[in-house]
Amino acid sequence: MTMMSGAQMLVRTLEDLGVDNLFGYPGGAVLDIYDALLESKKIKHILGRHEQGVAHAADGYARATGKVGVCLVTSGPGATNTVTSIATAYMDSIPLVVITGQVGTPLIGSDAFQEVDTVGITRPIVKHSYLCQSALDIPKFIRQAFFLAASGRPGPVVVDVPKDCVRPSMKFEYPEMKAPVKMRSYNPTKQGHKGQVKRAAKLIADASHPVMLIGGGAQLSGAMDEVRTIAHRFNLPVTSTLMGLGVYPSTDKQFLGMLGMHGTFEANHAMDKSDLVFAIGCRFDDRVTNNLSKFCPAAKIVHIDIDPASISKTVVADIPIVGDAKTVLGQFIDAFDEFKLQENASAMKQWWNQINKWREDNCLEYEKDSKLIQPQEIVEAVYKATNGEAIIATDVGQHQMFTALYYKFDEPRHLLTSGGLGTMGYGFPAAVGAKIGCPDKEVCLFTGDGSFQMNIQELSTCLEFNIPLKIFIFDNCTLGMVRQWQKMFYRGHISSTNLNSNPDFVALAKAYGHEGFRVTDPKDLDAAVKKALSMKDKLVIVDIVCNTDAKVLPMQQMGGSMSDMFLGEE
Amino acid sequence: MRQIISILLENEVGALSRVVGLFSQRGYNIENITAAPTEDKTLSRITILTEGDGAIVERITKQLHKLVNVIKVSSQQDNSVDIVEREILFVKVQAVGHTLREEIKTLCDIFKAQIVDITPELYILQYVDTSFEVDRFLKAVSEQAEVVETVRSGVCGIFRGEHSLHS
Repeated sequence: MTMMSGAQMLVRTLEDLGVDNLFGYPGGAVLDIYDALLESKKIKHILGRHEQGVAHAADGYARATGKVGVCLVTSGPGATNTVTSIATAYMDSIPLVVITGQVGTPLIGSDAFQEVDTVGITRPIVKHSYLCQSALDIPKFIRQAFFLAASGRPGPVVVDVPKDCVRPSMKFEYPEMKAPVKMRSYNPTKQGHKGQVKRAAKLIADASHPVMLIGGGAQLSGAMDEVRTIAHRFNLPVTSTLMGLGVYPSTDKQFLGMLGMHGTFEANHAMDKSDLVFAIGCRFDDRVTNNLSKFCPAAKIVHIDIDPASISKTVVADIPIVGDAKTVLGQFIDAFDEFKLQENASAMKQWWNQINKWREDNCLEYEKDSKLIQPQEIVEAVYKATNGEAIIATDVGQHQMFTALYYKFDEPRHLLTSGGLGTMGYGFPAAVGAKIGCPDKEVCLFTGDGSFQMNIQELSTCLEFNIPLKIFIFDNCTLGMVRQWQKMFYRGHISSTNLNSNPDFVALAKAYGHEGFRVTDPKDLDAAVKKALSMKDKLVIVDIVCNTDAKVLPMQQMGGSMSDMFLGEE
Repeated sequence: MRQIISILLENEVGALSRVVGLFSQRGYNIENITAAPTEDKTLSRITILTEGDGAIVERITKQLHKLVNVIKVSSQQDNSVDIVEREILFVKVQAVGHTLREEIKTLCDIFKAQIVDITPELYILQYVDTSFEVDRFLKAVSEQAEVVETVRSGVCGIFRGEHSLHS
């Protein structure tokens, strides 16, 4: 029988759940937990420099490794600082457990120092949340939190721990984790409906203009092999949402590129003319569909998603299948075998001829300039120098879209980006988490001069924990995407998007104890990227001064169909 | 469109606020709501009456299913024959003078309402029926006597026949 305080039980529970890296930031309400953490030999604590960064790092760790990301912060401002990070994880369905300190239970509701209603504030952006009432709630709730975060449609779970629950003087018998967690009110569907799968399987084989659409759900469920097998079997054109990139190899000839607002010409046209959209774990977000009433007019929609609330939410599914993407696709493969379904070769030949004509448009072609670096070039240079194998974290804006379009992700879990919430400041801490989770992988950050300054403090974390990220700042002295909209849709009025007072990022790198250099000449770009990557054990900032007026194109016309697009300038 | 949503969920801290949040975050009003533990004290049953866009209500219903604490959700359009629903009304009225008191008593007899509390000046009337009938009774009372205050429980509903949330 082991007697433990609530704080010790908290640490022990995390150890039992296999947590090796805990991202955190201490404070008054969690002092006892930090004291207990000192005794742990299994958990490494990574001290961030701001709670938003701490929770994003746990998120990046989760995305890169597929494990649950865990962070620990104090009550009040510690908790509120994680709100953006929790919402980011919620929108992208990332398994995250956020343990927040809380004032002691007798003080709750008294406007005590550093008290906020954390459970209340986070309620609409969590999968679930817990407020512990006693020390023995801690192991129970944390185990449930891990189970909930990782199963079904993953998401963030908050466990709020009042200070008196972790008091060192109060000891209890530690309840060993014997059986896997079970909850009577929570049983996510894994297997798809057999009849629906069979109907859909036949539709896919019969379609003459099918498109396979990969979403973040395919990424999260690890459905890579099944996706590839099915796509090859039926010679399907494959497109992907931002969150699905890498599940299907971007360098493969069947891959049409990303779809949607900044999707490729061929992907959006194929969608528009398709007679069957085979959607796997996507939620038909407004950045994907453009005008819903004009969305894929001729297409039947087969929609697999683990979340019934995502099905027919915007685009009505003809065949909805609720279940885990990997499991359901496995059922599809069985159905294809059972009915001996094969590629509709003559129809597919014609369909591919049509698609290849769209491809000839070369929508991603851009003009280079002898004096000015184009942002697309940066992505291509890093792609080349990393053999396309690096984990890339991005922030939000133009550089994010350029990454999605020009870095050809061939493997899942290699692009870490805030897709749903669009959180500037996400990328840097996410890259920190990814490097801690995958120390042997090259981890690069693509960021902008705007985004980078939203969580720049983590440079200090990187020095302390020796996290040798390669940071490429797309430095155009502007909030590029907002500027693009102002140029295109606001009569060219530039309102508050110029960033003319940026710091000297190279000097800043050095001030934080890292390396840095600046590139301005396109001729120096490749060498600079290689040099940065060759400095293996150093964090390197490459400040790349690039074209302020570059635009992310192609771009869909607002209110139009999938294929109504702006292709070039004007 | 008038809809009654029945929810069976874990009787836990915060469960009700999660349910209500799904409505409020969409700027969507709950007409009325009742919540109480069931015969199994670890479970609560909530009945929500809402009026409005069927598609939004369907979306909310799906989101309700998703809540970790929720075990079962069922929604019923309109006050159809499939559901037995009742609401309880208390109305406190001025009842001074023999004639008025007699008139109120007669009204209660006609509606099968009850007088559950009396003072020399006031009556408290209790009435149980569907929301529609409660409205009718309230109108009749207010035409007869001066209403001091009213309180309504909100709708409580249960499905007819075999259909059950507990299964």
